[in-house]
Amino acid sequence: MIEFTFWDIVRNLLLAARWTVLLSLAAFVGGALVGLIVLFFRIAKNKWAKRIASGYIALFQGTPLLMQLFLMFFGLPMLGLRIDPWMAAVLGLTFFASAYLAEIWRSGVDALPKGQWDAGASLGLHYLQELRLIILPQAFAITRAPTVGFLVQLIKSTALTSIIGFEELVRTSNAINNATFEPFKVYGMVALIFFALCFPLTQYARRLERAAAR
Amino acid sequence: MGYSLDFGWLAGAAGVIARGAAMTLLLIVVTTIAGTFLSILGAAGRRSGPKPLKVAIGVYVEVMRNTPFLVQLFFIFFGLPSLGIRLDPILAAMLAMTLNMAAYTIEIVGAGLDAVPRGQTEAALALGLRPRQVFVKIVLPQALKVIYPALTSQIVIMMLESAVVSQIAVRELTYEADMLQARTFRAFETYFVVTMVYLGLSMGLRRLLVAGGRRALGAGVS
Repeated sequence: MIEFTFWDIVRNLLLAARWTVLLSLAAFVGGALVGLIVLFFRIAKNKWAKRIASGYIALFQGTPLLMQLFLMFFGLPMLGLRIDPWMAAVLGLTFFASAYLAEIWRSGVDALPKGQWDAGASLGLHYLQELRLIILPQAFAITRAPTVGFLVQLIKSTALTSIIGFEELVRTSNAINNATFEPFKVYGMVALIFFALCFPLTQYARRLERAAAR
Repeated sequence: MGYSLDFGWLAGAAGVIARGAAMTLLLIVVTTIAGTFLSILGAAGRRSGPKPLKVAIGVYVEVMRNTPFLVQLFFIFFGLPSLGIRLDPILAAMLAMTLNMAAYTIEIVGAGLDAVPRGQTEAALALGLRPRQVFVKIVLPQALKVIYPALTSQIVIMMLESAVVSQIAVRELTYEADMLQARTFRAFETYFVVTMVYLGLSMGLRRLLVAGGRRALGAGVS
C-alpha cells in the first residue's frame, strides 16, 4: 500500500481541482455561446423557432445531467467522433448550461418594457441592432445575479463528470480514498474545496441581488 | 457508418425499467415528505430559535448549497461508517437527498414565512390562539401557498439529481440502466430510453404536484 500523508492528499486534491475549475470555465463559456443562439431562437418572432428553443430547454431541464453526459459519452462515437471523457464532459455541460442560461436571459428580455423595443424601432434600428444595442445589454444586466448563481450550480455539476471517467476533483478523491481508506477526511476535504470555490460566488450573487432590489 | 440503432432488447427490459422508476419515485416521495417537514422546522428555527441554533442552521444551509450532492452522498455513505454509523444504500440515499433538499427548501419556506403579513399573527394572538397554533394554523398554510410553485420546482430538480445515487448501488432507474447496457451492449439506446422515462417522470410529477396543490391549497396555485 502506498503511504499518503495528509499533505499528499491535500496536494493531489488541489492539483485535481485545477481540472474542476478549467472544466467549469470551459462549460460556462461554451454554454454562454450556445445559450445565446438558443436565446435568439427563444425570443424570435417565428413561432417554430420559439417552439424548438422551448423544447430544447424543456429537454435539458427535464432530464438528469448524468443521463445527458452518458448520452454524449456513448452517442458521439456513433457519429464517428472519437471522444474522450474531457470532450464528453465539456460538450455535455455546455449543452446543459446553454439551456439554463438561455432561460435565465429570456426572463431578462421578457422583463424589459415593450417601449424599449418600440424606441429602438423608432430610432430606425433593425432587429439585430435593437437586440445588440438596447435589449441584450439590459437583459444581461438585470440577470447578473441568477447567472452567477447558475455558475455555482455548474461548478457543483462538474462532480458528475467523474462518473464518465473525467479525472477531476471527485474522481481523484475516489482514487485517493481507495488507497487511504479515509473517506471521512478525503470527502470532507473535497467538500471544503468545492465550498471554497462556490461560496464566494454565492455571496457575490447575493450582493448583486441586494443591489438590484434596492 | 456501420452502426444502426437497435431497440429489440426493450421488450424484455420494460419490467426492469419500471422497477427502477418505482424506486426513483419512492426515493423522491420520502425525500419530499421528510425534506419539507425538516425545512419547516429549519425555517421556523432560523426565525425564532435561540442564537446558536440560528447560526447552526445558517451554516448548514451554506455548506449544503455550496457543495455537490455527489460529494455529500459519498461523505454520508463512505464517510459516516468510520464514525460507526453504517447505513444501507437506500437509507443513505434518502438521508443525503433529504438533507440536500432541506438546505434549499429552508430558504424557500423562510421566504414564504416572511411573506405572511405580521397582522395575521397579531390577529390570531388577539383571538387567543397559542403561539404554536398561530404558526401551524394561520401562518404556515398561507406561507405554503405562496411558495408552492418554488417547492414544486425543487422537488422535480431533486428527482433528477437522484440519478447519482446509482453510484452507491441503489437500484433506481439509472442503476438499472447501467446494468441493462452492460448486458445488451446497447449503451446509447438504453440511456436514451431511460432519459425519456426521466423526462416523462419529471413532467408527470410536475403536473401531479400542481394538480395536488390546487386541491389541497385552493385556487391560485400555479
